[in-house]
Amino acid sequence: MDLEKFKVHGEPLIYGAMISIALATIGILVGLTYFKKWGYLWREWLTTVDHKKIGVMYILAALLMLFRGGVDAMMMRLQTAAPEMKFLDAQHYNEVFTTHGLIMILFMAMPFIIGLMNVIIPLQIGARDVAFPRLNAVSFWLFFFGAMLLNISFVIGGSPDAGWSAYFPLASLEFSPTVGNNYYSLALQISGIGTLITGVNFIVTILKMRAPGMTLMKMPMFTWSVLITNVIIVFAFPVLTVALALMMFDRLFGSQFFTMANGGMDMLWANLFWVWGHPEVYIVILPAFGIYSEIIATFSKKNLYGYTSMVFSMVIISLLSFLVWAHHFYTMGQGVMVNSFFSITTMAIAVPTGVKIFNWLFTLRKGRITFTTPMLYTLAFIPIFTIGGVTGVMLAMASADYQYHNTMFLVAHFHYVLIPGAVFAVIAGFHYWFPKVFGFRLNERLGKHAFWWIIISFNVTFFPLFFLGLMGMTRRMYTYSEETGFGPLNMLSFAGAVGLSIGFLLLVYNIYWSTRYMPRDTTSDPWDGRTLEWATPSPIPAYNFAIVPKVKSLDPFWESKQKNIPLFEDKITKIHLPNNTGKPFILGVIFFFLGFFLVFSMWIPAIVAGVGVIVMLAAMSFDQDHGFYVSAEEVIATEKKLRGETV
Amino acid sequence: MKKKGPLYALFLSLLFILPGCSSLAVLNPKGPAARTLSDTIILSIVVMAFVLAVVYILYIFVLVKYRAKKSNEGYIPEHEEGNKVLEAIWIIIPIIIVAFLSVVTVKSTHAVENVANEYQDQKPLVIYASSSNWKWHFSYPEEGIETVNYVNIPVHRAVEFRLYSFGTITSFWVPQLAGQKYAMSDMLTYLNLSGDTVGSYIGKNSNFSGKGFAHMEFETLVMTDADYKDWVKEVKETAPALTEDEFKGLLAADHLGRKTYSSTHLDFSPPPGDHSEHMSGDGMEMDMHNGGEEHEDNKEIHPSPAPSSQTEFDSNPAPEVEEPLPSSPVE
Amino acid sequence: MKIDASKPLEYSTEENSNKIFGFWVFLGAEIPLFATLFTVYFVMVNRFADGPSGPEIFEIGPLLVSTFLLLTSSFTIGLAVHAMRHGYKKAMMFFMAITLLMGLGFIGIEIEEFLTYVHEGATLQTSGFLSSLFVLLGTHGAHVSFGFLWGVGIMIQLWRRGITPATANKTFIFSLFWHFLDVVWIFIFSFVYLKGMM
Repeated sequence: MDLEKFKVHGEPLIYGAMISIALATIGILVGLTYFKKWGYLWREWLTTVDHKKIGVMYILAALLMLFRGGVDAMMMRLQTAAPEMKFLDAQHYNEVFTTHGLIMILFMAMPFIIGLMNVIIPLQIGARDVAFPRLNAVSFWLFFFGAMLLNISFVIGGSPDAGWSAYFPLASLEFSPTVGNNYYSLALQISGIGTLITGVNFIVTILKMRAPGMTLMKMPMFTWSVLITNVIIVFAFPVLTVALALMMFDRLFGSQFFTMANGGMDMLWANLFWVWGHPEVYIVILPAFGIYSEIIATFSKKNLYGYTSMVFSMVIISLLSFLVWAHHFYTMGQGVMVNSFFSITTMAIAVPTGVKIFNWLFTLRKGRITFTTPMLYTLAFIPIFTIGGVTGVMLAMASADYQYHNTMFLVAHFHYVLIPGAVFAVIAGFHYWFPKVFGFRLNERLGKHAFWWIIISFNVTFFPLFFLGLMGMTRRMYTYSEETGFGPLNMLSFAGAVGLSIGFLLLVYNIYWSTRYMPRDTTSDPWDGRTLEWATPSPIPAYNFAIVPKVKSLDPFWESKQKNIPLFEDKITKIHLPNNTGKPFILGVIFFFLGFFLVFSMWIPAIVAGVGVIVMLAAMSFDQDHGFYVSAEEVIATEKKLRGETV
Repeated sequence: MKKKGPLYALFLSLLFILPGCSSLAVLNPKGPAARTLSDTIILSIVVMAFVLAVVYILYIFVLVKYRAKKSNEGYIPEHEEGNKVLEAIWIIIPIIIVAFLSVVTVKSTHAVENVANEYQDQKPLVIYASSSNWKWHFSYPEEGIETVNYVNIPVHRAVEFRLYSFGTITSFWVPQLAGQKYAMSDMLTYLNLSGDTVGSYIGKNSNFSGKGFAHMEFETLVMTDADYKDWVKEVKETAPALTEDEFKGLLAADHLGRKTYSSTHLDFSPPPGDHSEHMSGDGMEMDMHNGGEEHEDNKEIHPSPAPSSQTEFDSNPAPEVEEPLPSSPVE
Repeated sequence: MKIDASKPLEYSTEENSNKIFGFWVFLGAEIPLFATLFTVYFVMVNRFADGPSGPEIFEIGPLLVSTFLLLTSSFTIGLAVHAMRHGYKKAMMFFMAITLLMGLGFIGIEIEEFLTYVHEGATLQTSGFLSSLFVLLGTHGAHVSFGFLWGVGIMIQLWRRGITPATANKTFIFSLFWHFLDVVWIFIFSFVYLKGMM
């Protein structure tokens, strides 16, 4: 065994990272042992099949990854803050921006959104869990260990360095000889399988497990957006699965898919990647639209304006998202006709998106708007995202794109789309649903401080990039010379990035502060909510609803509060729940090792791990889990306790 | 509005920070293609500014008017379904805007994919630009000269760059003269470019291509016709010929300064198959995948070898390549 | 667990019917998976560089046998489900065993085919065409192999536990999977082999 290839050589920075990872791991292990929390961790979290706990774990992992991706971002902004900076060398800069993109999209935005889906969707549709709780745990652990696999690349063997889009031939063994892109193909594959399973699970959950009376057109907008998103996942992720498999074959087994000789075709990768990649953007943005719709309705105390057109616009966006992939490479020389086709389909997306913006504005109209933290993020989203949207239309014009492509203008554009369109949404959703999950609100004053830091700094960071792009600064340059004149705007952008980090640190501090000092919420409906999740006690009991609600309208909880219509009419009976199981976690661990061994072409251990995967799947198939029942008395007692004896 | 203040302040401060339009290379064109693009961009900015203005005015209006205040305490908004007429308006108007921009896009794309109107009577000067590692090679088949990392072109002359790569995908971009186009190992791509002002312009690879990417720049010098002729003559007289061995050395290097030769590499290392029939830019329906399939018809007889292989393109001469061989100039 | 006797056994509980629906959705994801592989194959089919092309290596004989085996096995798994609905455990096990044996035969022929190709110097590394051929056939073959292991597992459960809502549900889902592989094979047979040999 050649130990050389495990080592990452380089700067104090890397060694620092290694040491801090080692210390943090030891710290966690010692802490768990000292406080005797191993059993608690295993029983309550690692083996859980409860959608709420899985959702919380997704969100925790996403916050962790936000930190990791954020550190990457800071390093990039620092390196480019002034001409000829010597902070990172080219290779490390390349690794940093590659992992920044991968982590932020796949291991931060997506899991954050999937986490919110997990927590909220069963509650919004009045169900006791998702359709397949154990499969849900499998999804989470595959995602988690896929993310871990990508993250250890930084210290073992080297990170991927060919950009998050990993264009061939640059990502081939010839031009990227480290194991970095092996990690890329395997880590994304493992977590991608998890995502695909999530897609199947939530489609079944939403279509088959809604409370009686909740027809499709009475579903809350967030549920709608999640349904559409999961349909996109089911159709888009298999393309990624294939692309990554081909990449793995090229890099590990010498096949000739994307090579430059023997009939390989580098352009094929770009096509496959973006056939998945563009729908992926909507996978993170459509649920955000759903979250915003819920928040706007709640805090303007009005039902959503133009519900039907909102639903249809999302359906149209999801269809169009599969027809625009070539706009990522107008400059590949495919001629006027092809480029015009993709220009028009791309610009067409602006129409349904515009419909949504106007519907939101008209929901606010004649409402009574209160400016809570989640609402502030939502309101900030509208003007900022609109900038992202209109620059998107500008980029969609094939001819003009010949001048924007690969420049900072593009970087500015997609940050203007993805940060308000996904990050603000998950932060807003996080603040909004936090009291439901934990039983207390986040502090509003701290939340608003963080909000202003984030919003202002965001614009200071990214607005200058539009101009840098027009000045001719290309993306992914690790340095530039004084004469280019890129210096001042990059410095401004770096200042903004510092502000953004302060904002995010405040946000995290708020979580800590509120956990310690915020008063517990006894109403279980702190925002005067409209949808079914607010009808449960907070924190939510394992079975969600003691009685399955009967739905008669959109916003059923609001209606029931306004018109005194009872939601829960049946008697409390015993409730069936699934047992916890450790097998999904173990499966995730085995997948992690399978991926790791494949990355380093260690065939014998890889085969052993592969057999291990099959054995675990068989073990799960042979399991006979009949679950258990919570007795009616116990349910009544829990409800009384959580509702403060009022029921 | 409370939240708008900082945004405006930011916007204004940016206007002051910006050192004027002249430093925005993209909006300071020095050639017909770049001018078409610059006009397109400015037009789209104007249209989009209108859209932004509509959204922002509505936004500020509703936030000011319908915020929770003491005076509307206890007000419970009514249920409101939506309004067919209003919704139709904000579907139809965006469709009109998109249709308008689509027309602009198709026209301008067509314009820049072909020789600029004012130079259509000229036979374009053909220059092959190929990238290897982090260098650019410019071959002038008509003049029989080759340069590395700089390219000289005569002013007011249609120039057709034929782009390909000896390795990773790169993107050839001279922002002040024309938009960019990929250079790939598999196929030739075409870029029409002309300069109408004498001067020196930065050209670069804009597509990330590994470690040396940030320094992959070249100078594009637009010269008067007389100067250009003198330069070509001088190169032919003084520069050494480019031998196969020398060229292999060039390909292997990471970075190089400027080099000049009195012969091209095209003789012993021909470019990938010609696909001008697909790339001519005038209205040929070409699906991406079909494009790939068609173009591999040439592939069978002419697989492009890896750049590191010992035989650069010469192992398989391409009998079906339609483009004139470099030794027989276009004119 | 509420059992609804009015429905077939495999649909009889809510969980069962969710699982069947979920599996249909999963097959919905398998369609783009194979569609992508086919697209890659069509892009690559003429890019055989210095290696052999399709007509030079395809052999019709073993192919007809393997196709016959797989198509027939799709029929016998249907018979197994039919027997299951009537509660004939032995007949059901018998037809499942036949199905799996034919699947095994199919895999054997495919492995033999691959070995022949490799022996003729047509490997995964030879050309873009062969890479895409091996990966397309291999993905299908891997599905059949996985199906074989899965089927064996279900048979053991049937043998031990009898025909219950759970085992009936598994068998039915397995049959969906098996039929799907059959459909994919028909596409491979027509668009890879027949088209390649014409």
